[in-house]
Amino acid sequence: MWKQEFHQTGKLIRFILKRDRLRLPIWLVSLVFLTMITASSFTELYHSQEERQAMAETMRNPAMTAMVGPGYGLDNYTVGAMMSHQMLLFSAVLVAIMNILLIVRHTRTDEEEGRIELIRSLPVGRASTLTASLVVLLAANILLALLIGVGLYSMRIESMDLNGSLLYGAALGATGIFFSAVTALFAQLSQHSRGAVGYSMTVLGLSYLLRAIGDVSNETLSWFSPLGWATGTKAYVANDWGPVVLAGVISIIITAGVLYLNRLRDLGSGFLPSNPGKKHASLLLLSPLGLALRLQRTSIISWAIGMYLLGVSYGSVLGDLESFFASSDIMNDMLPPVEGLSLTEQFLTMIMAVISMICTVPALLFMLKVKGEEKQSRTEHLLSRAVSRWKLLGSYALLSSFFSFVMILLAVTGLWSASVSTMEDPIAFLSLFKGAVVYLPAIWVMIGTAIFLIGLVPSLTSLSLLYLGYSFFIVYLGGMMQFPEWLSSLSPFGHVPQIPMEDFNLTAVLLLLGVSAILTAAGFAGYRRRDITG
Amino acid sequence: MSVLILNNVTKNFGKFTALNGVNLEVNSGEVYGFIGPNGAGKSTAIRILLGLIKATSGEAQIFGRNVWKDAVEIHQKVAYVPGDVNLWPNLTGGEVIDLFMKMRGGLNKSRRDELIQRFNLDPSKKCRTYSKGNRQKIALIAAFASEADLYILDEPTSGLDPLMEKIFQECVLEAKAEGKSILLSSHILSEVEKLCDRIAIIRQGVIIESGTLNELRHLTRTHLLVKTKQPLTDLEQLNGVYDMEKKEHGVLSFQIDSDALDSVIRHISQFELIKLESSPPTLEDLFMKHYEEKEDASRTGAGGVS
Repeated sequence: MWKQEFHQTGKLIRFILKRDRLRLPIWLVSLVFLTMITASSFTELYHSQEERQAMAETMRNPAMTAMVGPGYGLDNYTVGAMMSHQMLLFSAVLVAIMNILLIVRHTRTDEEEGRIELIRSLPVGRASTLTASLVVLLAANILLALLIGVGLYSMRIESMDLNGSLLYGAALGATGIFFSAVTALFAQLSQHSRGAVGYSMTVLGLSYLLRAIGDVSNETLSWFSPLGWATGTKAYVANDWGPVVLAGVISIIITAGVLYLNRLRDLGSGFLPSNPGKKHASLLLLSPLGLALRLQRTSIISWAIGMYLLGVSYGSVLGDLESFFASSDIMNDMLPPVEGLSLTEQFLTMIMAVISMICTVPALLFMLKVKGEEKQSRTEHLLSRAVSRWKLLGSYALLSSFFSFVMILLAVTGLWSASVSTMEDPIAFLSLFKGAVVYLPAIWVMIGTAIFLIGLVPSLTSLSLLYLGYSFFIVYLGGMMQFPEWLSSLSPFGHVPQIPMEDFNLTAVLLLLGVSAILTAAGFAGYRRRDITG
Repeated sequence: MSVLILNNVTKNFGKFTALNGVNLEVNSGEVYGFIGPNGAGKSTAIRILLGLIKATSGEAQIFGRNVWKDAVEIHQKVAYVPGDVNLWPNLTGGEVIDLFMKMRGGLNKSRRDELIQRFNLDPSKKCRTYSKGNRQKIALIAAFASEADLYILDEPTSGLDPLMEKIFQECVLEAKAEGKSILLSSHILSEVEKLCDRIAIIRQGVIIESGTLNELRHLTRTHLLVKTKQPLTDLEQLNGVYDMEKKEHGVLSFQIDSDALDSVIRHISQFELIKLESSPPTLEDLFMKHYEEKEDASRTGAGGVS
């Protein structure tokens, strides 16, 4: 029995380590690095307990709790308490994603691609590939826990003792182990790797949602969420190892179930039925625009949710900004006081710039998709039929411009809905909306740049993303770094009137619209003239 | 009446000349074979015809219209099947077929469903799960279900099994019977031989032969197996005899140029013939003759379809 199931697992473990000799270290190093850099920036950003306490006040609202987790240490907001409040949940989600992707990669993906068939035809046990994947991820999670624990402790930050640091790492490791077991379960249940990833990500999403509701309303509910266990350790505040043990025990039970299911099933099969798809296309799909929309549906929805949450996250801190700004030197550098305007209003203009630039990312991606399709030789399916080039490019341009507006709208809605619950004197939706929508012409210049490149220099389309990166750097950090004016005038975002700090400037808006139109027209003309590659 | 014309078409990619003065003419109602090795320029020519890339010089017309300027109008009556069919992994086969048909204009549901059945395709599966052959079926179904006048098929059967290949050939012949024209680029010579009325052979961007199969056969050698009562002598001395080989039981095997047939038969008959077998040159021979001779020169080809 032992041999039939697990023969040569050791060799397969070494094989997986060899295949992931870069992937695994990159994940681990990035996670450890991210954790340590955050801890170090917390100590640099907040010099005194008063500053941290001021920050804590901005965190005392349900929106913030729903997003980052319960604020156990808000009354004595040490750097350690900040870490476990603001970073632990976020890192746990990343660790879970790492485990989901890696487990599926070595189980269902390999099986679907027929590679496990090759390995199974060799003298190896039935569960060897599965066990090897689980062992590798188990070791990786333990290593991650130790690296983060020891790493945080080694930074010698006053409030971060050895026990708390190890617990912080262990909470992440345990979350990882739990999700590797859950993913292995779905790799047995679902017949396709995408299904396995999808179901596991759904569990992750539901865990997040469940603990968000639980943390805000009913703490017992959070204990049903694996992510609730991570924050339930209260690392650096109450140091409770119980949830780590709980996660470990439940993972062992799930793993036993996974091995049992693996014994039951045929290679290549699953337990969940794979639903047959549609035999006919819906009317909505049957046009270049409909196709472009359908191909990017998931991406559009994810970005939409993301932008709304971005708005909510900014909105939820608006309420206590004044007191926070007063105690932060850096913020004073970034936003020098202006006569007649509250700091919140000033901060808003910066938020609007940031939000609009982040909204530009999906808009550019939706536009650049047309180039990706060309590269995959799928554009020719349309162009070899009765579809003109302008119609094709126009569909993507329309989609991109329209959704840039939708994204802005969603972000502002998020901002407004969260600010209503946190501010004593909420800002009217319309004035927020005006401040954001004035950035649309700048976004369209960016889209125009992408169209220009797609039409005239298709090999350099990614320059449009680089240009956005430049804009972000210049506009976001411009105030603090005292860059010369002309640097920011190279970016469309540097020309946008900052409402409500500045008045609406028709000339600037018209100028941006004109540039956008010229770039777009040139791109369209070029696209009609050039060869389609692929 | 010609449906498709390439007139002295040249295409350069930077310094590389993919097509060099190509002439091609497909008449209404005929099946035209377009053969040549990978990288010879078949796909480049087809992409020019589809208006996907622009000829550096020369003239390309379909239905008497300019393929670049009037691409959209032309495509309403053209069906194209690429050799390497890349599809959207998250759409089902049925959705893609509908999409393709709709993009040309018109959706003939019964024809579509009939072809799905003939090609034995499950249209409810996502494209990511289809094999190369099944992806090719999708393109073929969409093409043959449409009301096109010209079919441009670029190595359409490279992933099909023999059974499906037969159905493909049926579809081509049916289309031909309806008076439609077909440009078939292919590697599978037996297929071209079976289906095509006329053939063009392309090598390194140049059309080196074209005509009906019979016309081209004049260019090549007939294979003979001969047995005579008296020992055959002096055969090697005759013009146009090649590759002579003695087989078992006194049988001689050799090849002759088609125009030497008469003189060779006269010579052999002096030795009292017992057995004479002759096999016509296959397209295979034709093809090989052109490529083997110039093999050393043909190493500079471009990418081919993929």
